[in-house]
Amino acid sequence: MNKSVYASPDQVSETKRHILTVLVDNEPGVLARVIGMFSGRGYNIDSLNVAEVSNDENISRITIVTHGTSEVVSQIEKQLLRIVPVHSVTNLDQEGSSVEAEVALIYIYISETNKKKVYQLCDLYRARKIENENNTTIFEIAGASERVNRFIKEINEITKVEIVRSGPVAISSIQKNEEE
Amino acid sequence: MINEITGAEIVLKSLAEQGVEVVFGYPGGAVLPIYDTLFKQNSIKHVLVRQEGGAIHAAEGYARSTGKTGVVLVTSGPGATNVVTGLTDAMMDSVPIVCITGQVPQHLIGSDAFQECDTTGITRPCTKHNYLVKDVNKLSSVFHEAFTIAQNGRPGPVLIDIPKDVQFDSGTYEEKNKIIIPSHRLFEPSPDFEKNKIEEAVELISKAKKPIFYIGGGCINSGPKASKLVREFINMVGSPVTMTLMGLGVVGSSDKNSLGMLGMHGMYEANMAMHECDVMINIGARFDDRVTGRLDAFSPNSKKIHIDIDESNINKTINVDVPIIGDVKQVVEKMISVWKDKKYKIDTDSLKLWWDKINKWKEVDCLNYNNEGKQIKPQYAVQRLYELTKNTKTFITTEVGQHQMWAAQFYKFEEPNRWLTSGGLGTMGYGFPAAIGAQVGHPDALVVDIAGDASILMNIQEMSTAVQYRLPVKIFILNNEYMGMVRQWQELLHGGRYSESYTDSLPDFVKLAESYKAVGLRAKTTDELDNVINQMIETKNTVIADIWVTKEENCFPMIQSGSAHNEMMLSKDQKQDKKSAEKGKILV
Repeated sequence: MNKSVYASPDQVSETKRHILTVLVDNEPGVLARVIGMFSGRGYNIDSLNVAEVSNDENISRITIVTHGTSEVVSQIEKQLLRIVPVHSVTNLDQEGSSVEAEVALIYIYISETNKKKVYQLCDLYRARKIENENNTTIFEIAGASERVNRFIKEINEITKVEIVRSGPVAISSIQKNEEE
Repeated sequence: MINEITGAEIVLKSLAEQGVEVVFGYPGGAVLPIYDTLFKQNSIKHVLVRQEGGAIHAAEGYARSTGKTGVVLVTSGPGATNVVTGLTDAMMDSVPIVCITGQVPQHLIGSDAFQECDTTGITRPCTKHNYLVKDVNKLSSVFHEAFTIAQNGRPGPVLIDIPKDVQFDSGTYEEKNKIIIPSHRLFEPSPDFEKNKIEEAVELISKAKKPIFYIGGGCINSGPKASKLVREFINMVGSPVTMTLMGLGVVGSSDKNSLGMLGMHGMYEANMAMHECDVMINIGARFDDRVTGRLDAFSPNSKKIHIDIDESNINKTINVDVPIIGDVKQVVEKMISVWKDKKYKIDTDSLKLWWDKINKWKEVDCLNYNNEGKQIKPQYAVQRLYELTKNTKTFITTEVGQHQMWAAQFYKFEEPNRWLTSGGLGTMGYGFPAAIGAQVGHPDALVVDIAGDASILMNIQEMSTAVQYRLPVKIFILNNEYMGMVRQWQELLHGGRYSESYTDSLPDFVKLAESYKAVGLRAKTTDELDNVINQMIETKNTVIADIWVTKEENCFPMIQSGSAHNEMMLSKDQKQDKKSAEKGKILV
């Protein structure tokens, strides 16, 4: 193992996937601050999602999927909180239970020979054909990343596809006080 | 509309309301409206530097010596890019700075206009926060928030980029007390913050047999009262204390508990005590690699308490047992009251044994150097400077390199805010402009930049600034014609191949001073030294004192990169074991 002489002896926990959800003021440059912190300090971004979630308060939610040891991820959380427009950082994996979902749009090349198999698989995974004027064969699938992965793997075995994925968004499923 | 003023006027009005007395800057096309407004008023003084890099280091020196926020005003494009080093320096050393940059008018942004650059993009990672102000009506609120952010929590630099059309545009001014900054944008400890952690920490200290306090720059940033409280608490405990480069002065050098500086070129006894302690109390330091040495051998048997205002410093490189997030002044005040309330007292017998051990380490006399011959030893030059200035109110700044370490080792600081050096970033060229800033903030004090012959040339153009404003800054050059620290590493780690570390064609520093209508002095031998230092102090003008020192002196003691606290090198005859030397070579 190529171990740095400055490496801390305590860093032994395993590398895991973590979903961080970050509430930020929706102001110019805020996304650049967040991703710049990741690249500048050598952390990983597996996927990233951002959208405004509260128009009146001008707040956006950024969902970041990253991987690292718990020490690294805890450092990421603290570094995110140093960014001035950041309201809060939640590590959904430490919150206990959470629900995640992503959307994939998939262009499927369909021929007479594979048509039946494709539709069967799409039915099985509840992938929905998106109707449009050109009547192209674009399907939409939503759900947990693992399910989307499985669908893509299986459809790939049948035919050629083109894929675009949103990356996951997630929310804590712990019961919340309605007053809040 | 009535009550409307121009953007440029809002800038000056905001600065005035924030209590700004002086701005360090350099004009240019994109800030002309602000300079025009500056011309028409008398409350804010402007110090014209000779390169923008000088302005920001001067603002840092002003801020660090006065405790106020340093203000910089520069133009777009090259004006902005020239302050990047200083912004990074202020970020690393937590110095409160507000930097105003001009920007091309909004309709030209993105068109690669003359002197356009993406200033907020370039400075995003090297500022605490930055703004591009597109609406003149938001200008005053941005300024008031910027000053608060620069000073709040862990201080740092904030940049405000103002397009030229916004400076000309008219809008309304909002007063400081009308601005509400949302709490998530600031650091605000709750009134009952960290109570349990503080009690746990104090109990741990009371049970220590071999305690040591490890003090950093955070104590200085917390204000003079913090240093007082830290001293008081250490006295109550009776514990030894060591300081980082940034923390020198928090506890006076002559204090009986002080072991001086720790780290790579720190005191042998301080590093050994860090290695062998059983309870370490880190107050406002961040376990920097210059301090810790090899991490897996860092203070292996101690419980560690870490007080820091920036949570990201907790467990960043060293895992600690009791982390406390908060301002030093408030935390230590509570620690003292807990100590008193619970009537804690440390076990005097173990403490005596601990001090006996430390006193044995002191006998090694790690700063000892051979002071024979007529040639001036750099260590001796700093010692004489200290002896001849110790009764005067003196501020010392440094550049970066061997001279910086000798200054830290041999100049004795009794008070905080008197020692200004670039610690985190290690910026050669910092010391002279910082001395200018310190002198502006303290016109009657003695300000000395202890410099090296290589570093001083990095911002030598500021001679013109010092002379223009009649700032009697003293530049004390330890001249060995080498980039001394580079040469030392090449000697110890690269087979003595002095690749590009000899400074050929140095200027005649005496004539250089004279050409700026300043005073140049020179000492070539030990018997000339005191005379030159005294003359330097007495001269009411900018002075360069060119002190010719032995050329190949090394800075010891030293923990080589990749070694631990108990593996200090005391002289070059003591070789590091080969394996760890090879490992250490790849480190900085």
